[in-house]
Amino acid sequence: MTTNKREKSLIVIQLSGGNDYLNTIIPYSEGRYYDSRTTVNIPQDRVIPINDQLGFNPSMGPIKSLWDEGKVAVINGIGYEHPNRSHFRSMDIWHTAEPDTIGKEGWLGRAIRDIDPLGENVLTGINFGRGLPRALACPGVSVASVGDLATYGLFPDVQDEELRMFTLEAFSKMYGGAAGRDPVMDLLGQTGKDALLGADILRTAPGLYSSSVEYAPDALAQNVKSISQVFHANLGAKVLYTQHGPFDTHSGELLSHAKLWNEVAGAIGSLMEDLKEHDTEEDATILVFSEFGRRIKDNGSGSDHGSGGGAFLIGGAVNGGLFGEYPSLAEAEQIEGDLRSNNDFRSLYTNILEDWMGLDAAPIVNGQFEKFDVFKS
Amino acid sequence: MMISNDTALMAHLLRRAGFGATRNELEEYLALGYEGAVEALLHPSEPNNMPDDLIRRYHVEQSELRDLPGSAAYWMYRMVTTSCPLEEKTALFWHGLFATGYAKLNQARSLLNQVDMFRRSGMGSFEDLLVDLSKDPAMIVWLDNNENHGEAINENYGRELLELFSMGIGNYTEDDIKECSRAFTGWTLGNAEYMSIRAAKDSIWPYGRIAWHFDYRDEDHDDGEKTFLGETGNFNGEDIIAIIAKQESTAQFVATRLFQFFAADEITEFGDKAIQAMMATYFSSGYEIRDMLRTLFNSDYFKSEEARYARVKNPVEMVVGAIRMAGSYQNPALGIENVSRNMLFMGQGLLQPPTVEGWHEGSEWIDSGALVERVNFVAKELSNVKSPGVRSIIDRLEADADAGVLDPVGLADGCLDLLGPIEVSEATRFVLVEYAARQGDLDLKGHQQGDEAEQRVGNMLRLVAATREYQLA
Repeated sequence: MTTNKREKSLIVIQLSGGNDYLNTIIPYSEGRYYDSRTTVNIPQDRVIPINDQLGFNPSMGPIKSLWDEGKVAVINGIGYEHPNRSHFRSMDIWHTAEPDTIGKEGWLGRAIRDIDPLGENVLTGINFGRGLPRALACPGVSVASVGDLATYGLFPDVQDEELRMFTLEAFSKMYGGAAGRDPVMDLLGQTGKDALLGADILRTAPGLYSSSVEYAPDALAQNVKSISQVFHANLGAKVLYTQHGPFDTHSGELLSHAKLWNEVAGAIGSLMEDLKEHDTEEDATILVFSEFGRRIKDNGSGSDHGSGGGAFLIGGAVNGGLFGEYPSLAEAEQIEGDLRSNNDFRSLYTNILEDWMGLDAAPIVNGQFEKFDVFKS
Repeated sequence: MMISNDTALMAHLLRRAGFGATRNELEEYLALGYEGAVEALLHPSEPNNMPDDLIRRYHVEQSELRDLPGSAAYWMYRMVTTSCPLEEKTALFWHGLFATGYAKLNQARSLLNQVDMFRRSGMGSFEDLLVDLSKDPAMIVWLDNNENHGEAINENYGRELLELFSMGIGNYTEDDIKECSRAFTGWTLGNAEYMSIRAAKDSIWPYGRIAWHFDYRDEDHDDGEKTFLGETGNFNGEDIIAIIAKQESTAQFVATRLFQFFAADEITEFGDKAIQAMMATYFSSGYEIRDMLRTLFNSDYFKSEEARYARVKNPVEMVVGAIRMAGSYQNPALGIENVSRNMLFMGQGLLQPPTVEGWHEGSEWIDSGALVERVNFVAKELSNVKSPGVRSIIDRLEADADAGVLDPVGLADGCLDLLGPIEVSEATRFVLVEYAARQGDLDLKGHQQGDEAEQRVGNMLRLVAATREYQLA
């Protein structure tokens, strides 16, 4: 199971609810930003400058440190034409790489199918959290959804360990047995065995891992710690996915947005430190994205659904820097009061699929898209 | 233990025409006889579901019904408490077939109105149902018929009406789609332009989410001559639907989809006989869905061994079936949203089908992530000895046992019987008995809520719920 040559993995952190990009990468020298954001703004003296135009949100300290090491690619103005401001639909578009019609398969589900067409490893794709994001959903592709690595598997509510063991043993016998009775019974048997196997293997992960890095107690940091444990256990997981939120900051944004980014930046900082400690910085790339950005004008307490967000790619193999133009705040450039995206999100997907995962991107993202130069050559 | 064939057949009927049945319900239906039970199911009366005023006292979000989780949970209560299960099952069938999703609408109330329409029209004439569907505001927005204008047609609804909702691909031409779309121009919703902007902007301000209503705009309707499936006239939408309804391909489509939802995932030669009979009923009854279902449920195929366990339960059947069996959520409880979220974890979020094609049913429900969720949910629900339904199972086990004592075979068979009856393979039964035998005979005399004896029943129910066979309807 363990090989010396580690293969490359993609770690995805989805910011659910629509991250306010204007308050994440802040155009702090732009008068129009402060004119539009009369209340919900980050004052100039609190911004962590990237250059003399843009800066990080003050809660993003750990990301700034990684930026200084050249490990952070910031992709500005990312989105798609004709923005949709519904959370569900817009997230769907990001998940299926299909902005115009209702897509059927998740882009990462397709990627997992290409990596492991016969489904030989039940852990090629793993979601950390309950319920499979559509990005990972694809007919015939098995993806484990791990709510809690410590209790993952069948019968988590059975407290008595001995009883749970007996129950699992009985389950294993009931789902074992000779195949060939009936295709559906065989499928159930195989899937039940896969689930047990996946759970058994996953449960070994924490034991195979040791680290001096202390992750914060929040939900994201704990999921990211689980990701690190599974990644470092060398189980062949290529896509490790989790999400955090709610970024839907219609009200009280300054406080909640700061808290969320503290958690996101903290978790990413810890993970990168962990990777460094294990000498695996070159083996994992982290993608951070959200379904849309928010309105240019604030609403007095928060900000409403908008368009034209940003994404991040972070890791030892990443070619750090700013990519894509920051959308203009000039009125003539806006779409109905929102930022106009100038980069298609499928360009970034194409980068990741081709240059990181070594896959043919066009059939996965439904077309040809110009790439950025986000990976070190 | 011998399970009477009548009981097993009735349990089979109620797994398909309902969400499974407790032993009490089963006995009530058995008293009507098989055909009597079919008629009772086909003629929903007062559903006795949880009343709105009671729900709203506990759930603010189920009062306005504007967001998705609250609205899905609202339908859950209905399915969990109804005494007319086929009414809800049929609504679920149409919801999967005419799949309309929250993602594009941002309007849960209109979706629930659509479900109500399925309750009202879902067992009537298919022709009437298609007319109601074409006037349904949620459908109009979902498939852009509000963008279908006399001057410039939008084919989205016209195409799916023919491809996904009636005849199926290969039975019409691209020209038929255009002509069909022309006939539905002007079929829109009141204040359509404003409402569609609100939907796209996901805006609830300033008046919350306003329920939409149908509006016919004569001035936007293309009244010109149209040729559709070889017939020519100044057709409007109703005329097109009348032509669709009389097609052989439509009969085939409706019969097949009903068969696959209510009878079996795979169509065998024997099963096809039932489909043929349903098609004949379709025409002889004037396209009545109720009559087609009667033909199906009374068919030799449906009653045969071949049809038993021939469907993979969809997540709604898994979840609602377990809750009804356990008797939980008979009163409002905050966990209900979590329950409906569990169905999403298993791959079927109510009111949010993934695409206009609905859910891919059958063996596609089964993958390792979903199976873990399915087993864990039902195992937990049915092993909870505090639930009224489980308590009633314990009481029946005690009453049926000789002096209240069950040997391992009696415990395993008793649980299989009272959760179904469920027929399992010899191999599965062997494991269940072996599991029961670990602790020898079970004495239920004088059992107290939550004591060790009761918990042993709970443990056996958990394992029965975790069998492969329980995954099937």
